[in-house]
Amino acid sequence: MDAINALVALTNYVIIPATSYGAQLALGALGVTLVYAILRFSNFAHGDTMAFGTAITILMTWIIQQAGLSLGPLPTALLALPIGIVLTAGFALLTDRIVYRHYRKIRASPVVMVMVSVGVMFVMNALTRIVISVFSVPILGAREAVSGVDEIQFADGARFLISARDFRDWTGLAEPLALRATSVITVVTTVIVVVALFWFLNRTRAGKSMRAFSDNEDLALLSGINPARVVAITWIIAAALATIAGTLYGLDKSFKAFNYFQLLLPIFAAAIVGGIGNPVGAVVGGFIIAFSEVGITYAWKKVMGYILPAWEPSGLVQLLSTDYKFAVSFTILIIVLIFRPTGLFKGKTI
Amino acid sequence: MSFLTASAMTGGYGKADILHSCNLSVEKGQIAVIVGPNGAGKSTAMKAVFGMLPLRDGKITLDGTDITALSPQQRVSKGMGFVPQVNNVFPTMTVEENLEMGAYIRHDDFSDTLEMVYALFPILRDKRRQHAGELSGGQRQQVAVGRALMTQPKLLMLDEPTAGVSPIVMDELFDRIIEVARTGISILMVEQNARQALDIADIGYVLVQGRNAYTDTGAALLADAEVRRTFLGG
Repeated sequence: MDAINALVALTNYVIIPATSYGAQLALGALGVTLVYAILRFSNFAHGDTMAFGTAITILMTWIIQQAGLSLGPLPTALLALPIGIVLTAGFALLTDRIVYRHYRKIRASPVVMVMVSVGVMFVMNALTRIVISVFSVPILGAREAVSGVDEIQFADGARFLISARDFRDWTGLAEPLALRATSVITVVTTVIVVVALFWFLNRTRAGKSMRAFSDNEDLALLSGINPARVVAITWIIAAALATIAGTLYGLDKSFKAFNYFQLLLPIFAAAIVGGIGNPVGAVVGGFIIAFSEVGITYAWKKVMGYILPAWEPSGLVQLLSTDYKFAVSFTILIIVLIFRPTGLFKGKTI
Repeated sequence: MSFLTASAMTGGYGKADILHSCNLSVEKGQIAVIVGPNGAGKSTAMKAVFGMLPLRDGKITLDGTDITALSPQQRVSKGMGFVPQVNNVFPTMTVEENLEMGAYIRHDDFSDTLEMVYALFPILRDKRRQHAGELSGGQRQQVAVGRALMTQPKLLMLDEPTAGVSPIVMDELFDRIIEVARTGISILMVEQNARQALDIADIGYVLVQGRNAYTDTGAALLADAEVRRTFLGG
């Protein structure tokens, strides 16, 4: 019985949250890794692209809600997501046209491109806050309008697939287990998106031309692959991945523009651990980072108590306070860069 | 007029010219080989023919059409195939995907050409699901040549196809190149292994400092005492 209780506690506090967080990181890391593979720079604006996409999706969600439409038990945001993706992709293409294209033309070095993306990041960060606060006024009315730094909850529909009370009633176990709808939606959406992306990259002509361009740019040009098209497709996919990842993260937790900037560290850690430029690595890296972060900041006292009742730990058996969770990704990042710079799946060296 | 004629090519990367009024021509279905000492401008001449070098002067015609002003990509669609010396495959893509990417500009059904390449290089059929980066040097060169053949070029240009492969593999590659030429494709190639390359050449060009030093049939150049003494090591 104790073993089952330990397993339930582990599932409830570690496995479920780390899986949905890992899925969100995986989607974010996929976007970063694709931009790195094709455009050959680390896109620091990716976190804020996630925030921007989510902000647009939230605005659309409000509009749809006010029109009285809903998806029943599913969050309305899923209905708004396609519009969010289209607008964010448009914004990414516009950014490329105005900013990045110029630096590609003058063949700027990767480090210059990174600095350019930092500039884009600051602009997008501000823009996200302006957009959500300004447009919330006509949509929600002056009384309900939000400011750009507010924490916004936009998840509606069913909250739990399994609630803690139901689980206790069914099993009679001491430990609760709750399965939130947003966790399931996150994982299901991620599986669909990742399968679709890999199908695209490995089976379609456009996807293969992207991989060819990433592998050997000169030879791709010789083969008649149009670089402008490859770049455009890359931005569209990166924006779509960012919007989906950001919206899932926001549904699961809440939306706050600054949180997405902070997500940049675990996302880059995930991409680099897996091997930057390698999409499989990005997915695996996402889960490695998420499980490490949740596992190291979790207080293991309860689980230990069930498994080893004789040994009653006096402390919480928490390796690191949750306040320091970013230290986990940072440490993993440094270890990987020192000992295996190409990552687990042979990406490119940064 | 020859199938490919490059006449009086003059130009270089910076201010100084590398090529000085260099002439090259290849007949249909023939093998032309460019040899010469290091730094003679062999690869540069090849790049100039393919449009990868800005020319100050000179004219290039392919099958009677003036292609001097065309970009490399446009030359590919005019019937030129180019195999660079290094980085000539997509390493993380499978052999078959490499060949598919070679046929990227084609919108028709290219399965016949794929079959032709597999017939020419049977080992590639066996390895078609393997990543090109995992192959041996010789096999990788076969992928590279196969990739260039996918556009059904009328002129195939090879920049040192046997660089870094063993003598046995080199002989085999040369055999394959002769086979390609027999299908009516003209070959223009740069080679370090001058003796072996001139052996299979219909016409040979010896370049020295960007100028044509000797031009003759392969056999005649091999027989020429002066060429032997100066460039073939006796």
